[in-house]
Amino acid sequence: MIPGMKKDLLGIDGLTRDEIYRVLETAEAMHEIGERPIKKVPTLRGKTIVNMFFEPSTRTRTSFEIAEKRLSADTLSLAVASSSVIKGETLVDTARNIEAMAPDMIVVRHQSSGACHLLARICRSPIINAGDGMHEHPTQALLDAFTIRQHKPVIEGLKVAIIGDLLHSRVLRSNILLLRTLGAEVWICGPPTLIPPGTGRLGVHVTTSIREAVTDADVVMMLRIQQERMQGAFFPSLREYFQVFGMTPERVRLAKPDVIIMHPGPMNRGVEIASEVADGPYSVILEQVANGVAVRMAVLYLLAGGPEAMD
Amino acid sequence: MDADRMSRTLTRIAHEILERNRGVDDLALVGIRTRGVPLARRVARALHEIQGDEVPTGALDITLYRDDLMRHAVGAQPVIRRTEIPFSIDDRRILLVDDVLYTGRTIRAALDALIEFGRPRAIQLIVLVDRGHRELPIKADYVGKNLPTSATQSVQVHLLEIDGRDEVEVIG
Repeated sequence: MIPGMKKDLLGIDGLTRDEIYRVLETAEAMHEIGERPIKKVPTLRGKTIVNMFFEPSTRTRTSFEIAEKRLSADTLSLAVASSSVIKGETLVDTARNIEAMAPDMIVVRHQSSGACHLLARICRSPIINAGDGMHEHPTQALLDAFTIRQHKPVIEGLKVAIIGDLLHSRVLRSNILLLRTLGAEVWICGPPTLIPPGTGRLGVHVTTSIREAVTDADVVMMLRIQQERMQGAFFPSLREYFQVFGMTPERVRLAKPDVIIMHPGPMNRGVEIASEVADGPYSVILEQVANGVAVRMAVLYLLAGGPEAMD
Repeated sequence: MDADRMSRTLTRIAHEILERNRGVDDLALVGIRTRGVPLARRVARALHEIQGDEVPTGALDITLYRDDLMRHAVGAQPVIRRTEIPFSIDDRRILLVDDVLYTGRTIRAALDALIEFGRPRAIQLIVLVDRGHRELPIKADYVGKNLPTSATQSVQVHLLEIDGRDEVEVIG
């Protein structure tokens, strides 16, 4: 596939600039398929792809399923949380059983960071990480980059502000790694209690001032407050959070006039983003969702070729 | 084949197209990526010079339809590029354009791809070079040059738009 690419897509960590661009350029071609009267190509005919979702997901799972079907793969989606896990089976055993039925690829979403890496070590099939715990969500970062490129062809040098619940966000980690690899200037902003330790090492600007983060930004990416992952009180109230860190029309005006506002979804309206902004002229939130299918088609296509032969 | 010869060949093909189709009314050109695309544009230009009408031109990438795509267990996947057919192909006569006709497998893939865009009234095939060795029952309607080759040889078409020069070379 991509020169030097591994068997799996576990994260943005380890991907080179060339590999990232290869995915984005392949996604350009895949995007066109979605505009045809017959939105299907025969490329992965006869391949079986299993989507194992150990954590609830609507957007990502639907997006992978549509991508797989557009490439003519046979697909199977398991909401694993509702079956074997409850009966006491371990992750490794579940995966080994699925693998015994010889799928060609496995897409995994899991609540534990590193679950996909574990599976990649024991499975022959390529593993695609569809989000693992608070670690990475590589296809989300790739579709975000694809969406940015549709509006701003050169990512290098753009000011990207990522604002919200930084601590619990796998989207943040994947996006920082990707945007830094492509040469963007990344600012991250949130309450001090939600800034993960050591983030400064990733080559980003860290601030608790939303004004500083948003001023002259080319791209503003809002992150969801992940209450379901919060054990403890990270801020006094949702209302206060919105007042200090919420994206409002007034704050949008601090950014560049052609700013785009992004959100990986699902949104908490009135918590991290005002409805006027989410539905406003700068919002590309639904474009992100649409682009997800093309980017996932690109990843599936590129991984289906197998890893490059080792010398 | 040099630049001059190539230009005269494409003009001759344009005349043949007009003769056979009695005008350009419902015609459209679709070039197969990579080198079929500039060739299709040149045929469109030749048709325009003769007849004065614009013939819509598109580009087709057939990679996702190749029959050998997933047969090699290990290896880099071929690069795919955008297919751009900015017009309806329904009820049109489509002139499919490629540089070299060899086994016919590319054309088979192109026919499959094209038909997913609609139902053309007819599909005709233009190739700059027919080198023989067909593996499928496919035949070109317009041929620039028949070039008998052995299977060990390779035919390389160079085009100004991509390679900086116009030339057809037989190597080996």
